[in-house]
Amino acid sequence: MQGHFKKKTKAKQDIPTAALPDIIFMLLFFFMVTTQLKPEQVLVEQELPHASQIQSIDDPTVVSYVYIGPPINKAAYGSEPRVQVNDVLLEPSAIAPLLLEEQAALPLEKRAKMIVSLKIDKDVKMGVVSDVTNTLRDNELRMVLFNAVKASASEQ
Amino acid sequence: MAKKERQAPEISAGAMADIAFLLLIFFLVTTQFPAEEGIPMVLPAKKDPNQEQVQKEINDRNLFKILVNRNDELLVEDEIMDLANLKDAVKRHITNNGRDPKLSDSPQKAVVSIKVDRGTSYDMYIKVLDRVKQAYHEARAEALGITVEQYLAIKEDKLPPDMKQKYQQVKERIPMMISIADPNKKK
Repeated sequence: MQGHFKKKTKAKQDIPTAALPDIIFMLLFFFMVTTQLKPEQVLVEQELPHASQIQSIDDPTVVSYVYIGPPINKAAYGSEPRVQVNDVLLEPSAIAPLLLEEQAALPLEKRAKMIVSLKIDKDVKMGVVSDVTNTLRDNELRMVLFNAVKASASEQ
Repeated sequence: MAKKERQAPEISAGAMADIAFLLLIFFLVTTQFPAEEGIPMVLPAKKDPNQEQVQKEINDRNLFKILVNRNDELLVEDEIMDLANLKDAVKRHITNNGRDPKLSDSPQKAVVSIKVDRGTSYDMYIKVLDRVKQAYHEARAEALGITVEQYLAIKEDKLPPDMKQKYQQVKERIPMMISIADPNKKK
């Protein structure tokens, strides 16, 4: 009697997982390709200052970088703060050609929007910083971003 | 000895997905889209040597002077001040609207001048700049009726039209006029 309602034939409901690795691999490759582990080697120390009024840049393609700080390799470059653009340490007055080259490489409509991101170690003195900003100003690269880390509430 | 029948070895592909997942999760976690965050500034225009320098006369009451010496000490409006009080002092200056005769006539006329020494630390400079910006952002956020955090998160291109108009009006009404003096120039 009990067996009256016969169990229906077992239709396997398994989702075919054979293609799963392919999908995952595709995602994996996407992230591997888009990941930028380090855009360039930074040769100077970088302990960025903290600030509360942090704003972010909408378009990362128009950003060029200038690093200022005491060299990591003190034996070779001394302990005085140096200015780094691309992969070289330079004098503050010599950074303009490299940045103008980067500006020229941008599409025409974006050139006027170029932002120079200044990544400056917090122990650097303002003398070097003002030399750099004066060079930028004289070369009409007037939009800058003083890189800073978001300060926690307790620091305020 | 009878030869055993060899079976073609089969690699089970079942664990493959797990391995791929593991790698995927690793890259997901370690990926950092380089975030550009900081304090944006627009540097003053280049001085044209052929052009007569137009000395813009700023009424003394509209100018809020901040001096920082090489020992990172603050002198605000000729008085020694603690960094913690700077933000409120700047805000009082820009939102004065002519009440206090020593402070600004109106936000449009108010100018904040920061002068540092070549020996001032960058950390101190950023702290001062941060406080001044905070004063302006608070004043603007109050005018818009939002919090400072909300103000900072505003992306101008993505605002709805009515809010965008309000935002631009407030920016016009409370312009951010921060003058950064060249520390090389001797007075």
